[in-house]
Amino acid sequence: MKIINFLKRVFLFYYDGFKNMTVGKKLWAIIIIKLFIMFAILKIFFFKDFLNDKFDTEREKADYVIEQLTQPKNTSND
Amino acid sequence: MIEHLDSALVNWSRAQFALTAMYHWLFVPLTLGITFIIAFMETLYVKTGDPEWKKATKFWMTLFGINFAIGVATGIILEFEFGTNWSNYSWFVGDIFGTPLAIEGIMAFFMESTFIAVMFFGWNKVSKKFHLLSTWLVAIGSNLSALWILVANGWMQFPTGMHFNPDMARNEMLNFWDVFLSPVAINKFLHTIASAYVLASIFVIGVSAWYLLKGREHLMAKRSIIIAGVFGLLSSFFLVYTGDGSAYQVAQKQPMKLAAMEGLYEGTTGAGLIVLGMPTPGKEYDDNQDEFVFKLEIPKLLSFLGYGDTEAFVPGVKDIVEGGYEYTDENGEKQISLSAIEKIEKGKLAITALSDYKKAQKLSDKVKQEEYLTIFNENFRFFGYGFLNDPKSIIPNVPLTFYSFHIMVGLGFYFILLFVMVLILIFRGDLIDKKWILRLAIITIPLAFIASMSGWIVAEVGRQPWTIQDLLPTVASVSQIDASAVQITFWLFTIVFTALLIAELKIMFKQIKIGPKEGGH
Repeated sequence: MKIINFLKRVFLFYYDGFKNMTVGKKLWAIIIIKLFIMFAILKIFFFKDFLNDKFDTEREKADYVIEQLTQPKNTSND
Repeated sequence: MIEHLDSALVNWSRAQFALTAMYHWLFVPLTLGITFIIAFMETLYVKTGDPEWKKATKFWMTLFGINFAIGVATGIILEFEFGTNWSNYSWFVGDIFGTPLAIEGIMAFFMESTFIAVMFFGWNKVSKKFHLLSTWLVAIGSNLSALWILVANGWMQFPTGMHFNPDMARNEMLNFWDVFLSPVAINKFLHTIASAYVLASIFVIGVSAWYLLKGREHLMAKRSIIIAGVFGLLSSFFLVYTGDGSAYQVAQKQPMKLAAMEGLYEGTTGAGLIVLGMPTPGKEYDDNQDEFVFKLEIPKLLSFLGYGDTEAFVPGVKDIVEGGYEYTDENGEKQISLSAIEKIEKGKLAITALSDYKKAQKLSDKVKQEEYLTIFNENFRFFGYGFLNDPKSIIPNVPLTFYSFHIMVGLGFYFILLFVMVLILIFRGDLIDKKWILRLAIITIPLAFIASMSGWIVAEVGRQPWTIQDLLPTVASVSQIDASAVQITFWLFTIVFTALLIAELKIMFKQIKIGPKEGGH
């Protein structure tokens, strides 16, 4: 019972806080749009994890990176 | 294979990372600094019960809220880029990054997110003291978040406390405390947060100056200027102190960066510190052109700041490329520096030994494995050099590093002067009549951001070609992806971040025009 009361108080705390915001509502809209662009568009379509996407095991990833690092050719790097 | 990497991919990946990091950093320092200013104001409110302090606290809290909301999660983009564009690097750093970033994530979530809600929503719902505690915890929590990020960055500048596992091609943390308490990381953290306090102080003074010019909110503006002026001035002194500590660490651990910061091509004993100068355009390390078109320097100061001895030898770009100068290593022993060519040879030995070790492993040849591993371990500290062929590759962009450093330092001393002038005038009661200094304070706000960005340019451009000092160059850190994909996301980010910045400025300006009011946010 105590836990339910506590959770209810926490919920009301946030609910009232959000309800009474002025400038904050606009900011929350920006935050939600931003997070949507980041996680639902950029992360899924443009930023797949390169190694996780290509390989299943840690060993395969390690072998790939070692292959990458041990067959270098240099380039200028300024 | 790395031989197929085109420079366009590396350059676009670097440009994209720089773009997102710099946009992210537009929001961070204001958050780090203004939360303390808010906490000071609320402390005064709780101590005095004066509602004017509460009004000021809530006003600055609103501006903090705008900045926090727009900036929050912009840093996550950098983590996306690590996984996609910099997969070799991400794998190579192993758990060195994972631990601090995980701690940062947990602390940021619990400390900032929870207590920010109390800070904004809890004015009439929790006790004054608990509210004040929450405000302080937001300030401390946001700064602790920065600590973990800067510990990770410090490790990239000075890798320590780890062991490279040749079987998995990853660095593994041997000693958390060596990583956490690395002198480079500690100096970097303290210098960075001090710069954020200065930036936030200038922001508060600039906005308050606008109110005074408009003849509005006199009491709040004056009180804000006093709090921010004192905080900014004290932070500035600390900034100079930690800047000196950072420069000392750079001299010991990254001498090429120091040479670039000072435009020093030819090393010398009793080296002077350049106060003002113009490096010769197009100067190469091995040509006979003068280093500077003109320069104004303080004699012997660079030697003293870098090595604690006015007659110490400070190596220039040419010395570091060609080697042969004497230096003291971390164990206090005298050593003769290797040339870039010698380091490149050792790096290639390490790379070849790693390759041979893996082949011997496949053949289950234990003796050969041991042999190659010994060669690898002996040369591992030069591993990154093995990816370079041209000794010139170890030279960063000297003019960019030089100008960024001098802009940062010059503005830093200008800010001290501004804080002193503003405080003298406000305590004499003359500030409102001095319109010129009020205007100057407003103009100084963007300069604080320029100084802060310049500091990061020095830190990151000055350490090129490395992502991890001496161990991994940028060219070997990138993923084999299509450069055009990076270009597309570069422009996407430019649009998204610019939109966010415009939104921030519009909302911020509107809120400043509205000014403080009872009621909240």
